Amino acid sequence: MDFLRPASWEEALAAKAEHPTAVPIAGGTDVMVEINFDHRRPEYLLDLNRIGDLYEWEVGEDAVRLGASVPYTRIMENLRAELPGLALASHTVASPQIRNRGGVGGNLGTASPAGDAHPALLAAGAEVEAESVRGTRLIPIDAFYTGVKRNALAPDELIRAVRIKKADGPQQYSKVGTRNAMVIAVCAFGLALHPETRTVRTGIGSAAPTPVRAKTAEDFLNAALEEGGFWDNGKIITPSVAKQFADLCSASCNPIDDVRGTASYRRHAVGVMARRTLTWTWESYRGTRPASEGAA
Amino acid sequence: MRVNFTVNGRPQEADDVWEGESLLYVLRERLGLPGSKNACEQGECGSCTVRLDGVPVCSCLVAAGQVEGREVVTVEGLAEFAKQRSCGTGACGTSLQDAQEWQAKGTDSQTGEGEELSPIQQAFIDAGAVQCGFCTPGLLVAADEMLENNPNPSDADIREALSGNLCRCTGYEKIMDAVRLAAARQGEAV
Repeated sequence: MDFLRPASWEEALAAKAEHPTAVPIAGGTDVMVEINFDHRRPEYLLDLNRIGDLYEWEVGEDAVRLGASVPYTRIMENLRAELPGLALASHTVASPQIRNRGGVGGNLGTASPAGDAHPALLAAGAEVEAESVRGTRLIPIDAFYTGVKRNALAPDELIRAVRIKKADGPQQYSKVGTRNAMVIAVCAFGLALHPETRTVRTGIGSAAPTPVRAKTAEDFLNAALEEGGFWDNGKIITPSVAKQFADLCSASCNPIDDVRGTASYRRHAVGVMARRTLTWTWESYRGTRPASEGAA
Repeated sequence: MRVNFTVNGRPQEADDVWEGESLLYVLRERLGLPGSKNACEQGECGSCTVRLDGVPVCSCLVAAGQVEGREVVTVEGLAEFAKQRSCGTGACGTSLQDAQEWQAKGTDSQTGEGEELSPIQQAFIDAGAVQCGFCTPGLLVAADEMLENNPNPSDADIREALSGNLCRCTGYEKIMDAVRLAAARQGEAV
């Protein structure tokens, strides 16, 4: 095994081009587990810890460009206003020790269906900034997850950053596990209201081979909200609409039975989380609408 | 490969390090510092917690090569680390030999008597927060860091700060007591 220690991003890209099988390591919270347990013996480890750019973020007009290695702790502390869904998701990651090391780049690189960031990224809307010596491309988050622990990166590409849309409305994140820390999600759900486009987006974790959006449920809810004038009148969402939305979210899952839970439990729990996160975000939206639009 | 880094305030050099080796292995097996415990090797238990550039991390998940040029504080250096923090003097650190020889043993059955301890270590002893002791080093490092940043923690703060450290003996109540005690003493001292 060789340990490659690029001092700059350009050096890292050059190393990845020269050794496409090199395994990038940043926080190490996935890679080191595999090495410690002898599940993986990569020919090259590509250490990204020395590349300061990866630990920085920029808040732009419409989006946050989040460096791939920004630890979850920093996201929780600094980006709660811009990325509320991701900040909530970050807070559910493992433990303080892990949150001090792990970041969204690693979550995307591993692309586990149980990765905590994925539902929040799907719901907010995001693009993965993948770079190689050949250039940079932006991969829409919807096209990024290609299979169980598989993603759309080419062998010579590294994740430089994630560009996540700044919240234009309330966002929520919910995760099912046996305790509040050190839990791999049994299943997870992210929901974001986008009042500017009058749309709702979702993200589901650990309930299909990849993280997925519940698109049919989104389409149904978007139509129902539009039809009922909910975005303008700010009325409480009709229970039947919420139930239908929850049922459609459950239906968009394709879960398996495993040690953490059964497929039917996951389907059920996703429906419960869908209804709850919709209620929470909608209550928050109603509370923050300008008063001139009239009380509900 | 060779790895140069700072451990408990002193520069150290580890040779013949395997590229896939963890910081924990380097500390225990190459530098003779077994205070950081090796248990789950997957970041679940927190018993290998150390400070890396001041931040608590699971040393089993840090590749040895990643600590090149960086600063690590282990439980063996915690008393000195806390002392320097409280008096604010220049860095003198804990030598490797002192760290290797460090023991929480006293002259009689009262563990720790006669030894210099950090406030959190003393509080763990006074509150009876140690049973088998395996989880203790990780808990000490994590709790010490929390008290550094949050001198008046609520119970919820303590629980969250220690949520990555598993103890299979105590049921955590005495550990909570110890951290509350250390926080109260820290408040009195100011």
